[in-house]
Amino acid sequence: MIKFNKFYTQFNIVSLILVIVSLVFLTFKGLNFGIDFKGGTLIELRSTDDKINVSSLRDNLNQIDLGDVSVKKFGNDQDYLIKFENKDNKKDIIDEIKSNLDKSFGNNFDFRRVENVGPKVSAELLRSGIIAISVSLAIMLIYIWIRFEWQFSLGAIVALFHDVIITLGLFSLLNLEINLSIIAAVLTIVGYSMNDTVVIFDRVRENLKKYSDIKIYELTNISINETLSRTLITSVTTLLALFSIFFFGGEILKGFSLAMIFGVVFGTYSSIYIANTILVRLNVSQKTILKEDKD
Amino acid sequence: MLYFSKLRIIFISIICLFFIIIASNNLLTPNNKFIDKKINLGLDLQGGSYLLLEIDNSPVIEQKLQNISTLIRTYFKEKGIRIGNLNLTNNKIRFSVNEEFKQKVIDEFQNENSDINPYYPRFKSHQLNITDKGNQLELNFSKQGIVELKTSSQDQALEIVRRRIDEIGTNEPNILKRGNDRILVELPGLDDPMRIKSLLGKTANLTFRFVSNDDQDSFGVEKIQYEDGSNEDFVSKRIILSGDNLLDAQPRMNNQTNETVVSFTLDRVGAKRFGKATSSNIGRQLAIILDGKIISAPVIRDTIASGSGQISGGFTFQSATDLALLLRSGALPAPLNIIEERTVGPDLGQDSIDAGMIALAIGFILVIIYMFIKYKIFGLITNITLVANLLILIGILTLFEATLTLPGIAGIILTVGMAVDANVLIFERIKEELKNEKNNIIAFDSGYTKSRTAILDANITTLLAATILFFMGSGPIKGFSVTLGVGIFTTLFSVYFIARLFTAIYVSKNRDKEALIL
Repeated sequence: MIKFNKFYTQFNIVSLILVIVSLVFLTFKGLNFGIDFKGGTLIELRSTDDKINVSSLRDNLNQIDLGDVSVKKFGNDQDYLIKFENKDNKKDIIDEIKSNLDKSFGNNFDFRRVENVGPKVSAELLRSGIIAISVSLAIMLIYIWIRFEWQFSLGAIVALFHDVIITLGLFSLLNLEINLSIIAAVLTIVGYSMNDTVVIFDRVRENLKKYSDIKIYELTNISINETLSRTLITSVTTLLALFSIFFFGGEILKGFSLAMIFGVVFGTYSSIYIANTILVRLNVSQKTILKEDKD
Repeated sequence: MLYFSKLRIIFISIICLFFIIIASNNLLTPNNKFIDKKINLGLDLQGGSYLLLEIDNSPVIEQKLQNISTLIRTYFKEKGIRIGNLNLTNNKIRFSVNEEFKQKVIDEFQNENSDINPYYPRFKSHQLNITDKGNQLELNFSKQGIVELKTSSQDQALEIVRRRIDEIGTNEPNILKRGNDRILVELPGLDDPMRIKSLLGKTANLTFRFVSNDDQDSFGVEKIQYEDGSNEDFVSKRIILSGDNLLDAQPRMNNQTNETVVSFTLDRVGAKRFGKATSSNIGRQLAIILDGKIISAPVIRDTIASGSGQISGGFTFQSATDLALLLRSGALPAPLNIIEERTVGPDLGQDSIDAGMIALAIGFILVIIYMFIKYKIFGLITNITLVANLLILIGILTLFEATLTLPGIAGIILTVGMAVDANVLIFERIKEELKNEKNNIIAFDSGYTKSRTAILDANITTLLAATILFFMGSGPIKGFSVTLGVGIFTTLFSVYFIARLFTAIYVSKNRDKEALIL
């Protein structure tokens, strides 16, 4: 049996530091919102013309007044991602860009994707994204509150916040873009982290009924060990699926799968080192669940 | 838990077979005659354009209030009440009335069966709110009034948008209302929405009005610019004809001038009015005005009684075709703004499908290999279940003709990764049971029973997350929540019926073998 409980305190401190650092990053550096949430225009352009490169594209685009323009390679050598604010929400801006590029490079390029999100829509998308995450956290709280005693709910929710905050913190640190699919990833992380925690809690509760003489400190360790191979196998298969999306699923799904990978790793870690330590600190015992049964 | 009746086995097999046949439908061309269903590809996979249009209702509100003020004047005149200082500013109608009639006027507006202020019997709210501002009365739209106005202009706009898009002839457009002032347009297979965008961006409000430098014009005059920006002219506010009077419009080649023109045919009322106006105004210039710009202002040389005519204005064939189309399909009640646009080219769509399929195949193979290494024979059972799970999932998506998006494919891959969880929970539990229980059958049985709450809890949490995504997410993200959510049900079915069936068969054949699962 692995002595997970020997490191409860150490890992709690590590987690606390990570959460604080994440919050600092989120407050001071903020998140790199994509056009879904910030508004603006995105063009994915493909060209085999060797005259076209990041700097020649940028020079060309700067001839038109677009505000803040960013040009990046996207995936391979032929694809570029162009983003700009389109502050005045000009209608014919795409036409204008196309004809200006035509002038410099001939018709040697192809607009593979064009997205334009107005300021009103982006504000609404951001709001509904925040609502979606909040509602999902609230519903998880209610669900686990119905299924378990409050000490367990608290443990699960703290673990959940831990995972979401650190994942977002990592996105802030690495300056990765937050778009609609990241919201989907965060919600899935919420589901996954909960799932993982619930399986261990289920075992903790079962063991609490079985052994009245074992302290919660030992009992959580027994439960973690008993469910450990399941925890690992499920994490491994989920990660295998996610890594194959990350490496082979195309450029568009990269952010989504990366967020999920972070989430699964943190989710697995937190069900062991966050959720369980809350039970220990709240001194959960057989009485806690028996009291519930009498009600 | 390990006993299966014959009937049940047959039932499970039929369900599996049914969905597998439906799933295979996606590979068949031409379509299966019996079940003519396929998974829809989202715009991000098949390529196409998504446009969200917002109706700018402010001119409609202003126009409507203008009409109401005219109505008020005549209405009270008939009742012998004089309305003074009637004016319209900031979407408010203000007027004054003699003190003795004031209460009567207010009652007139607040009466439940008011003729001048409708809606009360239907909505328990009037169209207009009236407030007493001392020496003046003030009218503005009530909440219900605004809602009604928006809904009706949305209905009209939707109809016009549909007509315009149908005229262009794109395949299977999807045109839907969103809220009460937005219209969503999905155009599959369209990789350059430029033309549609420019067609939807025009109100196409056409009027025929005389050029009138005479300040004495009883309707008043206004200064209007020419389309090409070259010049401007004073034009009478009196409308001779509007786009509503048009029956048809077509682009034509004028043989005499070798110019592209738009020829139009008028309805009976229009033809009569046009004939009368032209006969009494020979020699004057008739301005043809589209969306507040003069297209051209030809001089009338003869009475036009045939009810047809031509509009010239330096058109190219394309612009004449577009104008004819706009005139045929009618004017929008209010301008539309494109507030969100997402367009994916068909080759990027195909690339996304390819990448998604490769990722699915690789993810699938990796999981299968891993499970086989971990559990040997039971890994094999899990893997068979996994294949069945995937096919049933695709079968259900096909049956409901769900829309598959790129995040949706990610949801399927993720389902593959997470689906083994339930089997793992069961197998791990059985292993534990086997430590104390020597009878294989009993150990397997209690393994299934005891792992059930954990499996249910674990899947419900994921299902909750998927449900929230379904209601909050839009477009591609919705596709993700659908595959993730449906995946949970197919996973539970395949684990509890298919995997359990195979496990039961294997265990009863090897009931005396030791260390059955490792």
